[in-house]
Order: sequence, then structure tokens, then C-alpha cells
Amino acid sequence: MSVTKYESQLREPLVNGNKTYGQVTHDIVHTIEAKPTRLWYIGFYISVALLMFGAYSVYREVVYGIGQWNVNRTIGWGWDITNFVWWVGIGHAGTLISAILLLFRQGWRTGVNRAAEAMTIFAVMCAGQFPIFHMGRVWMAFFTLPYPNTRGPLWPNFNSPLLWDVFAISTYFTVSLLFWYSGLLPDFATIRDRAKTKLRKRLYGLASFGWSGSTKHWQRHESLSLVLAGLSTPLVLSVHTIVSFDFATSVVPGWHTTIFPPYFVAGAIFSGFAMVQTLMLILRKVMGLQDYITLGHIEAMNKVIVLTGSIVGCAYLTELFMAWYSQVPFEQDIFFKYRIAGPYGWSYWLMMTCNVISPQLFWSRKLRRNVLFTFIMSIIVNIGMWFERFVIIVSSLYRDYLPSSWSIYYRPTIWEIGFYVGTFGLFFTCFFLFAKYFPVIAIAEIKYVLKTNGESFKNEMAELESKNVDEFVHEMHHDDHAEGTVKVAHH
Amino acid sequence: MALKKFVVGCFEDEKVLFPAVEKVRKAGYKFHDIYTPFPVHGLDKAMGLRDTSIHTAGFLFGMIGTTTAVTFMTWVFTKDWPVNIGGKPNFALPAWIPITFELTVLCAAVGMVLTFCYICQLAPFLKRHHFHPRATDDLFVMVIECSEKANEEELKSFLGSVGAQEVNTQVAEEGWWIGKYDEEQQLYKEPNIA
Repeated sequence: MSVTKYESQLREPLVNGNKTYGQVTHDIVHTIEAKPTRLWYIGFYISVALLMFGAYSVYREVVYGIGQWNVNRTIGWGWDITNFVWWVGIGHAGTLISAILLLFRQGWRTGVNRAAEAMTIFAVMCAGQFPIFHMGRVWMAFFTLPYPNTRGPLWPNFNSPLLWDVFAISTYFTVSLLFWYSGLLPDFATIRDRAKTKLRKRLYGLASFGWSGSTKHWQRHESLSLVLAGLSTPLVLSVHTIVSFDFATSVVPGWHTTIFPPYFVAGAIFSGFAMVQTLMLILRKVMGLQDYITLGHIEAMNKVIVLTGSIVGCAYLTELFMAWYSQVPFEQDIFFKYRIAGPYGWSYWLMMTCNVISPQLFWSRKLRRNVLFTFIMSIIVNIGMWFERFVIIVSSLYRDYLPSSWSIYYRPTIWEIGFYVGTFGLFFTCFFLFAKYFPVIAIAEIKYVLKTNGESFKNEMAELESKNVDEFVHEMHHDDHAEGTVKVAHH
Repeated sequence: MALKKFVVGCFEDEKVLFPAVEKVRKAGYKFHDIYTPFPVHGLDKAMGLRDTSIHTAGFLFGMIGTTTAVTFMTWVFTKDWPVNIGGKPNFALPAWIPITFELTVLCAAVGMVLTFCYICQLAPFLKRHHFHPRATDDLFVMVIECSEKANEEELKSFLGSVGAQEVNTQVAEEGWWIGKYDEEQQLYKEPNIA
């Protein structure tokens, strides 16, 4: 053991219970090898039912047109883009956990990164549906791509934030998928080599790409993960920045704001972590993963929630201040007459309560470590974040510059709601399949931290820490030296 | 590719593995490979493997993405179809930053993953000989190829002496072939080794 690997007793272990490598594999893989529980079937069928309803709602929109929704002048974006931004925001936590926390060397990410990345991918899949179907003539969606065509060729406008979105979302989806799948390869190989049934052996053999665990492959795999993390970090920040450009670059009071990019990114991380909490708390309970997703993990994520929630709150107040300070009548009217008051005022105050006031309770350590409270809070935060997007879109659009074109009160139709509900169906159908057939925790990564951050290691350390300083230093130095000779001998 | 004879030694603990790796190298044997269930830090150095340069591939692919994006958008807006948008410049570099960035990341990531799969020879439908089923679970599996200098019996007793819990000899194809994991398969019907 070298000094660099030493971690204090004061930090709680990342893996509880005195696990061996074999036990780690078993704990994570045995649910894949067992038949699904009744609870799983119930959840899965409900999700599929929601998905079906969504598919029918979308079918109506495609066949009869956008008139199936109540999006109207001047609220042209309505629920549709609200849902889009909400889902994209949720899709930010996965990459944040797997990429940014990897670069910051936060060990606790290992317990939650796999499921969070899966969540990211499914959330981005859901998000993508909204702008695509909002086009109306969805069969023309490929017109957004710059391909050589017989119309000139006519190219898309590369100066438009809406086109930037096409590139940002599709790149984000592709890179997250690659990152996720490259991490899955070794774990699929683990399942393959344990498999007892022929079908499982064949399918996981196929999925594992013939992974063998060769040292050279691991070396390249680690380098690949690190570079992908390095690429994903600016990528994840760029995606929500570009989404915020959809608003910020248009000359609409309430949208035309320079703080939008950081404010949107913070909001995205905020809602994403809330969704991770919702899913993780269910997952650890249903699959018995309390040893891997510990209270320490939950607390760490709650700290991120209180931080980003406060940033978002700061942004809300900054907006109000700037509206007043700018002395622009349109800007002031939007914020003080139509946003915090007026027919949609209730949504503003709901957003303020859910996003700014309630997360402040997480300053209390007791509440951060309370599973039930965290679960309720995670749902409150996501309701609040949905209303944030609703407030931004609707309250900026419903009273335009021209009072003659002020719109009537906007309510979604059942098909508009159905589309949103359908994406929940899609999301949870995917997540249920993931939870059943994929290793929900990165097995290899857990094994990697087991000897340095696991409970058994901490217990060994207790003995060492009870010694006085001189003995301790001597012991660590001695071990370090012994390991050093191994390395030196070969160079 | 052909069949080769390997001596396989399995270790349960990294603390035994590292000294054993050192002893094997001192004795002059050459590793075929060591298969581990997770990345063991320092093992590549201990085995004498050189650093990977896969990140260079990532950089090159990223540059391809940047160049493609900038040249393509320049060509479209200044040569192929210039549009007068309120008298704004056709060569609008600041507005192209988002797409340039996205394409850089996309090309770097896709290119790197493909490079990784290519140099590691990983792909769906490929199958290899795996020396121990627990190499992806909880065993560190050291494999050394038998040769004129490395006699089978000698190797077996040597690996036993350095702490391997389980030692055996296997005749196997070292590369991959197109195959299924649920069937016992061999590339060659009759093993024929010199």
C-alpha cells in the first residue's frame, strides 16, 4: 500500500460490508440471472401502457396536424418545448457524474454512474421527440441535416440556434451512448462468463464484443474513458448552453438575457440530480444495493442539489434585478406584471417554492441523509424545474409587443398531455429493461475502488491509525518502498 | 494464426500478483498476457508494457471534425449559396463556433471508440479463447506461452512457486474468430502443435 492510496478513516467507505471481488459480481449480477419480480412486471406494463398512450397521441398529431395541440399564437412553444427542455435538463446529470466527477476524481461516482448514464441516454431520447414532432410535418425532419439535395442544394442556416440544437443534441446522444457502452463492455463479459443458460451466453457474448480483460486492453480502455470524459465535460456544458441560446438569441423580453447559459446549465444539473435521486432510491431498495449506493452517495448528491438550487435561485433574482435596472418598459412589464403576477403568476410562485426555497432544507445533514425526505424532495425539484421552463416559455410569450395579439389563457389538450405522458412511458420502459438486463452498477469500477475505499480496507486502516505518527510513517514508507522496487526493477 | 501452447497461472490477490510478475520477468519469461477483472493500476508498467497513445488518435479525429465543420460552413455561406441576412457578413465565424465544437467532439469520440475497437480487435460476433471464466470475475490470470526457452513443466512449477493458486496448460488459438459464445468452438478440428 502506498501513501497515495491511503484514505482516512474519517471518510466513510464507498462500499459497505466486507466484500470480496466475487461477492461484488454476485451482488450486481444475480438480479440479471433471476426471473423478474412481480413488481418489475407491474411497473414495466404500466410503462408500456403509458408509452402506448403517448404513441396514440403522437399518431393523432401526425395525422391531423399541430391543431391537435393548443399551442397557438402567440404561445407557439407551449408544453412541447417545455417538455423538451425539461428532459434535456434531466439528461445532464448522467454525463456530469460520469465525466466531470471522473476528472475531479470523486470516488463516489462509481456507485451511481452507470444508472445515471443510462438515465441520460433515455432522457435525451425522450427530449428529442418534442422538437421533431413539433415540426408538424415530421416526415420532413431530415431537412434539418446538411446533405446534398436536389433543391439547389439548399443548406440549413448554420447561424441559427435551432440548428445548433440539432447538432448539440445528436452529438450529446452519440457521445453519451459511446461512453456508456464502452464502460459496459467489461461488465457484459463478466455476465457472459458466469452465464448458465445458452441464450444468455450468446447474447452477452455478442454484447461484450469478445472482451477478455487483457492488461493492454484495460490500459487503452482507461485512456479512452479519460479522454471521453474530457470531451464530455465541455460537451455537457455546451448542450444546455445551446438550448438556452434558443431563447437568449431571440429578441423577446424575458428571454433575451446573457445569464441564460450558466443559469440553464445549473438548472439542468439540479433537475438531473433530482431525477438520479428518484431512480437510485427506488433501485437500491428494489434490488438490494444499499451496500453500493450508500447514504454517503445520497448525501453527496443532495449537496450538489442544494448548490445548484441556490445558483438557480440566484439567477431568478438576478433576472428580476436586471429587469428593474434596465429601465426597459417591456422587460419590466414581462417580469413584474406578467410573470410574478398575472394569470400565470401561480406557476412562478410554484417554481420559486419548489426550486429555491425547498432545497435549502438540505443544509441540514440529518435531512440530507434521510431517504424518504430525499425521495420526496427529488420529485418536488423536478416539478419545480418543469414549471421553470413553463414560466420562461409561456409568461414571455402570452403578452407580445402588440396587445392586439395577446393570447387567450393557454391549456394543453389531452393529446398534448398524452405526448408528455408517453415520454414517461418511453423513459421508464427503457429504464425497466435496463434494470433487468444490464449491470446497473459498474462492476469493474466498484472492484477497482474496493481495496482502497471499501469497508474492509477501512477496518485495516483503523489498526494502522491507532499507532503513533512515527510508526505510521515508517510503515507506510516501508510498504511504499517495497512496491517501488517492483516498478524500478523493470526500467 | 495457429494453435499455441500456453501455461496459465491464476492469482487471487494483487499482493501476490505483483511480486510474481516481477519474478517472471527476472526469470526471463515473456508474458502472453495477464487477464484481470478490472484495471489494476501499475500492472501495465510492471509487465513492461509501453504507454498507450490512443489519445493521439482522439486528437487527430477531433482536428478532422474541426476542419470539416469550418471549411464546409465557409464554402456553403461564401461560395455555394451566399445569403444576404440583413447585411450581416457571410463569413460569420462566431456563429459557427457551436457547430464546429460539436463536430469536433463528435468526430473525436466516434473516431477514438472505433480506433479502440480496432486496435483491441473487439467487435460483435467475435469470439476468443478465454483462459479462465473467472478472469472477468475475481481472478488475475497470467498466461505465458511455451517456447524452446520456456519448457512447459518448468513453467508450471515456476508459476506454482511464485504463488499461483491454480496452474494448468492450455492449447489455444491466440486470435479471434467469428463465433458464438454458447457453443464449444475451435478453429481447428485437430490440434497440431510442433
